[in-house]
Amino acid sequence: MNKFRFQRSQLCIPYGMFLVCFVLAPLIVIIYYAFTDGEGQFTLENLMGFFSSPNTIGTLAYSLGVAVATTGICLMLAYPIAYILARSSIRHRSVVLMIFVMPMWINFTLRITALKEILTMIEGNLAYHPFLNTLIGMTYDFLPFMILPIYTTLLKLDGSLLEAAADLGADAVHTFLKVTLPLSVPGIISGIVMVFLPSMTNYVVLDMLYNSTYIMGSLIGAYFSAYDWHNGSMIALILLMIILVFTLFTNRYADEDAGSSRGGVLG
Amino acid sequence: MERNTAKENIIELKHISRTFDDGFRVVDDFNLTVQRGEFVTFLGPSGCGKTTTLRMIAGFDKPTEGELLLSGEDIRDLPPNKRPINTVFQRYALFPHLNVFENVAFGLKLKKLPKADIVKKVKKALEMVDLEDFEDRGIQTLSGGQQQRIAIARAIVNEPEILLLDEPLGALDLKMRKEMQLELKGMHEKLGITFIYVTHDQEEALTMSDKIVVMSEGKIQQIGTPEDIYNEPKNAFVADFIGESNIFSGIMTGKCRVRFCGAEFECVDDVEHGTMIDAVVRPEDVTITSPDRGIIRGTVTSVIFKGVHYEIAVQSGKNEIVVQSTRKAEPNTVVGLCIEPEGIHIMLAENTINRIETGVDKEYRLQFLGGILNCDMTAIIPGSSYSTDGSLVDAHGDVIEPDRIRVIVSVKPEDITMSDDKEAGILRGHIINLIYKGDHYSYVVRTEEDEDFIVSDEYLWNMDDYVSLLIPMDKFHYAIKK
Repeated sequence: MNKFRFQRSQLCIPYGMFLVCFVLAPLIVIIYYAFTDGEGQFTLENLMGFFSSPNTIGTLAYSLGVAVATTGICLMLAYPIAYILARSSIRHRSVVLMIFVMPMWINFTLRITALKEILTMIEGNLAYHPFLNTLIGMTYDFLPFMILPIYTTLLKLDGSLLEAAADLGADAVHTFLKVTLPLSVPGIISGIVMVFLPSMTNYVVLDMLYNSTYIMGSLIGAYFSAYDWHNGSMIALILLMIILVFTLFTNRYADEDAGSSRGGVLG
Repeated sequence: MERNTAKENIIELKHISRTFDDGFRVVDDFNLTVQRGEFVTFLGPSGCGKTTTLRMIAGFDKPTEGELLLSGEDIRDLPPNKRPINTVFQRYALFPHLNVFENVAFGLKLKKLPKADIVKKVKKALEMVDLEDFEDRGIQTLSGGQQQRIAIARAIVNEPEILLLDEPLGALDLKMRKEMQLELKGMHEKLGITFIYVTHDQEEALTMSDKIVVMSEGKIQQIGTPEDIYNEPKNAFVADFIGESNIFSGIMTGKCRVRFCGAEFECVDDVEHGTMIDAVVRPEDVTITSPDRGIIRGTVTSVIFKGVHYEIAVQSGKNEIVVQSTRKAEPNTVVGLCIEPEGIHIMLAENTINRIETGVDKEYRLQFLGGILNCDMTAIIPGSSYSTDGSLVDAHGDVIEPDRIRVIVSVKPEDITMSDDKEAGILRGHIINLIYKGDHYSYVVRTEEDEDFIVSDEYLWNMDDYVSLLIPMDKFHYAIKK
């Protein structure tokens, strides 16, 4: 009789099944729908349609604009906060950090509804400033995701490197520009990845702020609610490609820096 | 390269003290003058304040009191980037995002030197540390020893007036460390700049320095050349820290005569008759002879082969004497020991208070030479109290184990009186030494427990008198040993 022998590789089976069911299969379905028409025939029309329609191209451009602006604003706000928190010697550092990060723990719907009420109070009618409201909503939502990775990187920064810079003649400004900033790039990259990608697709923020503008996410949502799986899938696929390219690009930097900071830890 | 031989003071530390925010005095009244071109080493155990002192010279830390003069000018308030001083950090602190060239050129670029000059100087500095052609390498691809060399190159390329080195060889293995010691020494001679070096390794300090500053608990214990420090240690701490040594407490019994270990020796230090002293004897200065020819006699308790020599421990009475000898001795044999007068270094005893280290029994009663001293343990250990089950707890409520408590019991010589009534006192012993001190006699009484007590008394007793010692309970002082 063949005795059952347990092997470590068998532990992978559940994960493998999960991947097949929830990653691979949906992907195949999306690809299938993206390249077929209503009769199930292969077609490139969905692809052509996306790039020939000023509506979709405009939405793509607008989404990119929103994402870039949101990421930029988040970075501008988050870096000083993270820097002050990480480098200062205030006593209850973790408490202060918690205050900044706490919105993450509050229900998303509740947060945005509260924001909507406040903005309505200030602006009267939210429809007048759609782009501004989008930015405010996105920034409010994603700021903690930018603060945390930068804070963590700065916290790990070896204080003796800053002393070494001062020792070699650098003043505070040069020390920041030549040592602190370059060494916090991995944190900045993770922050950008965490903010840029969701802010291209998270149309719920827009919806809840009674926004009439469209980002990529809203486009997919619109097609799907009209039961147009084919065009919706094609947009999803295109978005996936954009994200893939973006991730590969940022990974190159993140990898390099991760490598060098590892060297720093050893050294 | 020429060496600047002019005896010019480059840096002076005058009454420098540094107190941390919590009130801990990490450096206490530090006074030192360093001459241009000297190789000075701060030597001491960890936590002795040597690194803090170095950081104050570098400018990373500010003295709470005192003056810090560089070539006669006060630099107390000068930030580190304005000081002509560079540091080789303990763990190198090389910039991981820059390559070797960029690391070494960091200081030069900030000085806005022409590019061609920078390239030339970096090349020269890398040659100095034997790492030519490493310019384009990333820091993380270098070994520990190579990183060490780059850190040195990065500092010396700026041609500082003083180079500070904070335990730079601590992370290297033994063989590499020995190599780097010699290289650093050579580099110092070649460059002619002042080196201030921090280490806890006494051998490293002895090998490299012109001048050693021995530190302990924030205070300078001794400043001197390596030979001075080794041969003429000023106190028991220095003797103990530098090299191996036997330290015995003893007393001067005449001109260049000293008594310790139950025998009288000739010595070369002329200290006043009757002074309490500590005698330092290096293990290599003790010779083993036959029992009848030795000044003291003892039993060999252990013999360890150490390569060049044997390390032999000899028990004589209550004293253990460590001997280094190229000749082997057999354990459990009785041997005689001789010490030449030159091998005995006399240090004045730190104070003449009787101190006895002791512990407590299971009921937290203080043991004292076979008896019990009735005292309140909660008064000795601050913040402690007795819990309901009778165990002692500290301020946080944690139980203090009885065997962890070590108490120093001290009593002043003038608080002890002697009596010939054997039952009157709490201790009994023979007078083994007496000196007339002008208005009183100072006696040394060796008790039955082999403990020496110094007693001041205005009446004359005789040598070898058997006496009992009376000590009033309120004259005992207690201190907890950390």
